[in-house]
Amino acid sequence: MRALLHIAWRSAWNRRLTLVLTLCSIALSAFMLLGVERIRTDLRDNFTSAVSGTDLIVGARTGSVQLLLYSVFRIGAATNNIRWDSVEFLQSQPGVAWVVPLSLGDSHRGYPVLGSSDAYFEHFHYGDRQALRLREGRVYTDLFDSVIGAEVADRLGYRLGQEITLAHGSGELNLSDHADKPFTVAGILQRTGTPVDRTIHVSLEAIEALHLDWIGGAPLPGMRISAEQVRQRTLQPKAVTAALVGLENRAAVFSVQRQVNQHAAEALMAILPGVALDELWDVIGTGERALLLMSGLVALVSMASLMSVVLATLGERRRELAVLRAVGASPYHVVLLLVLEGFMVTLAGILAGVAALLAAVWVLNPWLQSAFGLTLAATQASALQGWMLLGLLAAGLLASVVPGWRAYRLSLADGLSPRI
Amino acid sequence: MQALRFAWPRSQSDCLDIESLAIMPGEKVFIHGPSGCGKSTLLSLMAGVLSPRQGQVSLCGKDWQSLPVAARDRHRVDHVGYIFQQFNLLPYLSVIDNVLLPCRFSRSRHDAAVTASGAMQDAAAALLLGMGLARELWHRDARALSVGQQQRVATARALIGSPAVVIADEPTSALDEALRETFLDLLMQACAQAGSALVLVSHDHRIAARFDRKLSLPEINRAAAIEAAA
Repeated sequence: MRALLHIAWRSAWNRRLTLVLTLCSIALSAFMLLGVERIRTDLRDNFTSAVSGTDLIVGARTGSVQLLLYSVFRIGAATNNIRWDSVEFLQSQPGVAWVVPLSLGDSHRGYPVLGSSDAYFEHFHYGDRQALRLREGRVYTDLFDSVIGAEVADRLGYRLGQEITLAHGSGELNLSDHADKPFTVAGILQRTGTPVDRTIHVSLEAIEALHLDWIGGAPLPGMRISAEQVRQRTLQPKAVTAALVGLENRAAVFSVQRQVNQHAAEALMAILPGVALDELWDVIGTGERALLLMSGLVALVSMASLMSVVLATLGERRRELAVLRAVGASPYHVVLLLVLEGFMVTLAGILAGVAALLAAVWVLNPWLQSAFGLTLAATQASALQGWMLLGLLAAGLLASVVPGWRAYRLSLADGLSPRI
Repeated sequence: MQALRFAWPRSQSDCLDIESLAIMPGEKVFIHGPSGCGKSTLLSLMAGVLSPRQGQVSLCGKDWQSLPVAARDRHRVDHVGYIFQQFNLLPYLSVIDNVLLPCRFSRSRHDAAVTASGAMQDAAAALLLGMGLARELWHRDARALSVGQQQRVATARALIGSPAVVIADEPTSALDEALRETFLDLLMQACAQAGSALVLVSHDHRIAARFDRKLSLPEINRAAAIEAAA
């Protein structure tokens, strides 16, 4: 067996140029299959862990997926705000334990700014009902204090006491900014692996203060209220983007949802985060299946190419097989030789694919994290990934059994004197 | 070989019909005949690769047809060393690995080599030196060697572990005259040392003089006689 392995290896090495191409296509299929599956599971994990312990999300009427995306994941923008009296209405509902108002729309160098109350740090949970923790500093006490996520701090190199200016709207390049009212970094949160890491948190009053001298998304001409003057004003917010609602008893969730949806004073919508996530999966699922199908096809093509390459070289190798037969290899040895070759190529291809995936994840992770808040855990293999690799390996073996069978027939027919 | 008849599949008439042929241990037999007269077929029958339509072929007291396929392969490698006309070697293996191949597939060849020389590498070394192949060639890939050198490596391989019979199918036809003589000297000498019988087929009469026995295949083959008469 060891001798045969040695022969298989030397023989394959002798034809390495053709085999390397096949190896590459197998590596690509392993890369795609594992990569798609990785993104699929990690996307779900990331999204699912982004919000926990919140029973309802309330916002202006829109699609439930859209509300979820902009309120929790800061993807897209709200079409409409909800008035402050609606927030008060929510708080007054029986069974409602807490309401965390959220105000979005500003940014700092591409990172979203979230205005909220102190209740946010108390009630917002992520992952497995974990609360937000400060890595350094404290929650905002002054009007122009801010608490930044770990990703913002690490990416931009911000420390406590850093002065930052916010910009109106989202995006990296923003001309209309709030340079007249700079904020100070008062606290830095621990990493959570959720959109919180990319968020700059300020108080609702601060958001209100920033926009006192603004109307309809632009500064009022001729009207300037300085940072000092702003402190004298009442800064009760008039509207927010959305609100997170926690209930005393989860069983009441549908009756509260109905109350909110039927609220007469303003058109509101309440969604259950889990249900909205399921809707999101339905949307994404189609794309995922298409990608998975593509990866499957690539795998199929690479197996076919493995089979055809080994089959095609068989003609040239009749002499080699006859020599092997003459020195005592049985036709079974010949089959084994070809199957070993297919196995080696498949295994090497899979290893190359896995290595490429690890490298790609390592290179792309910082970008994925800052652009989408998505962290890929390449080293945590799922059971399905294991099965995929085993499946690939089995397919490789199967694909080399066909040339093996042909070689068996050839070497029986040729005996020791191949007709070339 | 007794009352042997052989026909290729889908062929109407027999291609070989031999009454009897016996080769003694250590004997050196030369079989000649024009090309296409069935010399290679006869060798394949001797080596148990092909089975006769009728009659019996035995090697070392064992009838090939009584053996199952896997046992035939084992019996062949245990007792037969085979030399082709050319392209005898696996081009991607080193010279010494090529010589050692029969020992890897056959326990008894391995054991015989070890008994003779202490280790199979030593047996290979002794044979290669005997074939006049310099030590620095041994670890080169076989494809780096000239045709003459390759035939000598093939001979060393056929003889390692002292098989009962060495079958050589036109081993000299790819060699020029000077090389042919040296090669035959070495082959004869090595067979004598190993105590192996040698069956060599060729269409070349000039080398016949060196052998114990000379056979003309058309003369012993009754199928050819019938064909000639018709």
